[in-house]
Amino acid sequence: MNHPRTTAESPHDRPRPGHPAEPPRHDAAGGPRPSAAELRDRLWKAVTEDGEYAAVDLVTEALDTGWDEENLLLDVVAAVQAEVGVAWAAGRITVAQEHAATAINDRVVAALVHARAARRRDGATPRGRVTVACADGEWHAFPARLVAEVLRLRGWHVDYLGAQTPTPHLVAHLHATAPDAVLLSCSLPTRLPAAHAAVTACQAVGVPVLAGGRAFGTDGRLAHALGADGWAPDARGAAALLAAGVPRPVPAAIRHTVEDLPHLADQEYTAVLRSRADLVRRTLADLEARFPAMTGYSAAQRERTAEDVAHIVEFLTTALYVNDAGVFSSFLTWTADLLTARSVAADSLLTALDSLGGQLRDFPRALGLLHAGADAVRGHLDPDAVTGGTAGADGGREPDRAGA
Amino acid sequence: MRYGAGVGDGCLRPLLSSREVVRCAPSAPPLVIPSQGAPAGADDAGIGSAWLDAPCPVVVLDAAGGVVDANRAAHPLLSLVAETGLPPWLAHAHTGRAPGTPAGPRAAPSGWIGDRYYEAHATPTAGAHVVWWLLDGTDHRLTRTALRTAEDRASVLAEVSSMLLSSLNVPRCSEVAARMAAEHLADAAVLVAPPQGHRHLLTQAVRGAEVTRGLRQIDPHEVPGLAEALQGFPPVPARWIDPADLPPWVLPPGFPGEVGSVIVTPLPGHGVPAGALILLRSTPHQGFSVGEEVFARLFAARAGAALSAARLYTEQSAVTATLMRDLLPPRLSHVHGVDYAGAYRPAKDHELVGGDFYDVHPGADADAETFVVLGDVAGKGLEAAVLTGKIRNTLQALQPLADDHSRVLTLLNGALLSAHQTRFATLVLASVRRHGDRVRLRLTSAGHLPPLVVRADGTVETADTHGMLVGALPDVHARTTETELAPGETCLLYTDGITEARGGPLGDEMFGEERLVEALTECGGLPGEAIVERVQMLAAQWLADGGHDDMAAVAISAPRTFRRDSGDRGAESPRQPRSGTTG
Repeated sequence: MNHPRTTAESPHDRPRPGHPAEPPRHDAAGGPRPSAAELRDRLWKAVTEDGEYAAVDLVTEALDTGWDEENLLLDVVAAVQAEVGVAWAAGRITVAQEHAATAINDRVVAALVHARAARRRDGATPRGRVTVACADGEWHAFPARLVAEVLRLRGWHVDYLGAQTPTPHLVAHLHATAPDAVLLSCSLPTRLPAAHAAVTACQAVGVPVLAGGRAFGTDGRLAHALGADGWAPDARGAAALLAAGVPRPVPAAIRHTVEDLPHLADQEYTAVLRSRADLVRRTLADLEARFPAMTGYSAAQRERTAEDVAHIVEFLTTALYVNDAGVFSSFLTWTADLLTARSVAADSLLTALDSLGGQLRDFPRALGLLHAGADAVRGHLDPDAVTGGTAGADGGREPDRAGA
Repeated sequence: MRYGAGVGDGCLRPLLSSREVVRCAPSAPPLVIPSQGAPAGADDAGIGSAWLDAPCPVVVLDAAGGVVDANRAAHPLLSLVAETGLPPWLAHAHTGRAPGTPAGPRAAPSGWIGDRYYEAHATPTAGAHVVWWLLDGTDHRLTRTALRTAEDRASVLAEVSSMLLSSLNVPRCSEVAARMAAEHLADAAVLVAPPQGHRHLLTQAVRGAEVTRGLRQIDPHEVPGLAEALQGFPPVPARWIDPADLPPWVLPPGFPGEVGSVIVTPLPGHGVPAGALILLRSTPHQGFSVGEEVFARLFAARAGAALSAARLYTEQSAVTATLMRDLLPPRLSHVHGVDYAGAYRPAKDHELVGGDFYDVHPGADADAETFVVLGDVAGKGLEAAVLTGKIRNTLQALQPLADDHSRVLTLLNGALLSAHQTRFATLVLASVRRHGDRVRLRLTSAGHLPPLVVRADGTVETADTHGMLVGALPDVHARTTETELAPGETCLLYTDGITEARGGPLGDEMFGEERLVEALTECGGLPGEAIVERVQMLAAQWLADGGHDDMAAVAISAPRTFRRDSGDRGAESPRQPRSGTTG
């Protein structure tokens, strides 16, 4: 694998501006300052083809041409990571390539941080202390990591707890450090119940929670529904919220889930959650009865189908928890595209929904979600059922993983 | 009911007091019985004589507020009224009454006459006189006041408790306690924490201002009673001291004016001293009332309990973190030209350690083998973790002998057998060295799942090694195998927590080696941390929310590209607690 070495020194001891406040200079060796689009193209190629060192060289050279770290992180690295997620959702790269690209992007961020540490003497008093963590079970650490680095750049003392932070660890950390706020990241909608647990637990110890990440919706509606003290669409937004000051919640107001989510009183969420395995099993049996071709499936194909059904039930459960039809419908239309891409008739999706409707006859809210979901799938399939759309267009309702 | 007569019949009527006029509400009833009679006395007004024997004081006032008549019960009051005049509240109510208007739903006027509290109810007469019935509400009033005070204090105490008990962080607790004391007990409060060495954490609050805190070297004996209060037990009573005795450090910045009075009170905690509270008032105050003193004592007890709980928690956390530091899985990266990545998930998500373990012991230089171990002690939780600590230490000491894995296993087995513990362990040993752009490995399994080698093209091979577990039998035998990794290839060591993860779409299946191998075939050429992350993620998704055993995985990878100048990051201070802080 070729990796371009442009200078003799190691990336860590290149000349740097001596003081953080000093404006970045144009390094003669670095050449003219490349545009964000140009850097994105080059980084995309580096993370998907050339590998770690090419990617790290690229960003360290960009720093030398006067790029500022925050812009480099958000307008180049984060943008490329988002593109990685979109490309995976569209089937342009495999899940393994997606992992690899994410791992390389992670090393790019580490290299930027390392370069900063070498350049700076951190003597200034931090603006305050904050904790950045992912909800329990949330694997996508990258968005949280970017937020942590941007806040550090802006002078905050940041404790970054990383992916899938169990809520007890998070709370123990809050007792130990008494931060000004928690920034909670959640990308997978199915982790929203876990995110809600984290929000309420942090608030119970008097620490406000700012929510971020795709799971909370592009408008943050689910962050507000779950009682978060604030929501930001991106790292810059989160920094602005923090700078404006986030009041501490009154701990006396320890809430019950039904206060944030009064619909949970109907117990549909609990009931469906408890019978998840049965629902999957019976839906599979129904599918086999209605699609005789399924009896000829290999064990692997069978398992894929079972996983798809399990995902449908999981998203249905989540939609019941947050009482949001959009969570379920957008997952279904995404699945429809995925099935079409896999040359599986997306009709089977409607059959599965129908089967679930039969089993959940006594649950009006679940039935409503299933009907709305089926309508969304029909509406989505009809216009372009022949061509079979790709999920790339909206990038990221996939259940599995995606980027920032 | 009769309505008293007014003078004139327009809406604007001159009242008893010529200074005030009241606009008649459009909905007010018309005067129904205009009286022609000139009022002269109570009897003339036609109010009968029953009131004379009424059990409550009754007085009849004329238009100007003069006492026209009074019943027997009112006699004791008359002398008071004669001395000081009509009490202002009654005079005001009397002049404010527009004759002819109904009494309406508003609350009856009330106030003190002498040391009794009366509610006054008016009965208008036909003339300009008003008969005032004075109902004694002294006891009712005192009860209500006491109740309101008690309610206020209860709600303040509830607030204090929930604010204080919500945090187990000592500085935060001190801040809340000082601020609430300044808000509810005094104008300013200074919380003095028990000493840390020669210094005390001082938390100072002035009502309505920011709380300040700092670690300062002070002499508690400079404040009378403070040293005793800081001892905690036995708790000494709160003590009033002379403001002149205060050393300057007590005074919070921004304290308004002079200090008028000072009280020092201990904060008794859970059998440990939690500090002392100095309350400052700007006005000279005669001291707390009995109620206030009880309240202050309750406040101090709650603040003390919360603070000592926070202090005990912090101390225990620090002890745990110290003891745990060597049991935590190390952070892996790059050693002598080889990439390492690890992943660890304890069986219980609220714990940090378990019975699985791994270590990478770098060779003395790039030509020496790096010694990698991954293993699993029977059992889980802290007890298993303690044994992993012993095994890890033993293996580290045995690294110089690692050119013979069997010998290492025999020595470890002997050490475990003589340690009088009943647990056994399975493990994999790997000795790793880089040759050119390839990585050579010697692998030995002791009763453990054999490592998997992920080739660049996605082929997955199972390392041909097997052996007996250690810590159970007097002899152990194991077979070592050798293999080589080309650039981009990875050797994965893992524990059975991953393959025995139970779940899946139907909820009760094991993840199994087959699925693991299948997943790895998609991982050809990936960086080690991406493989480890992928494996860990698949296992977690398989589990959904079900319970599981400890899970650990280590990837040993030959980098796809080799950078000669890349610094070794392998031994970057491992074993940091997950939270990065120990309080």
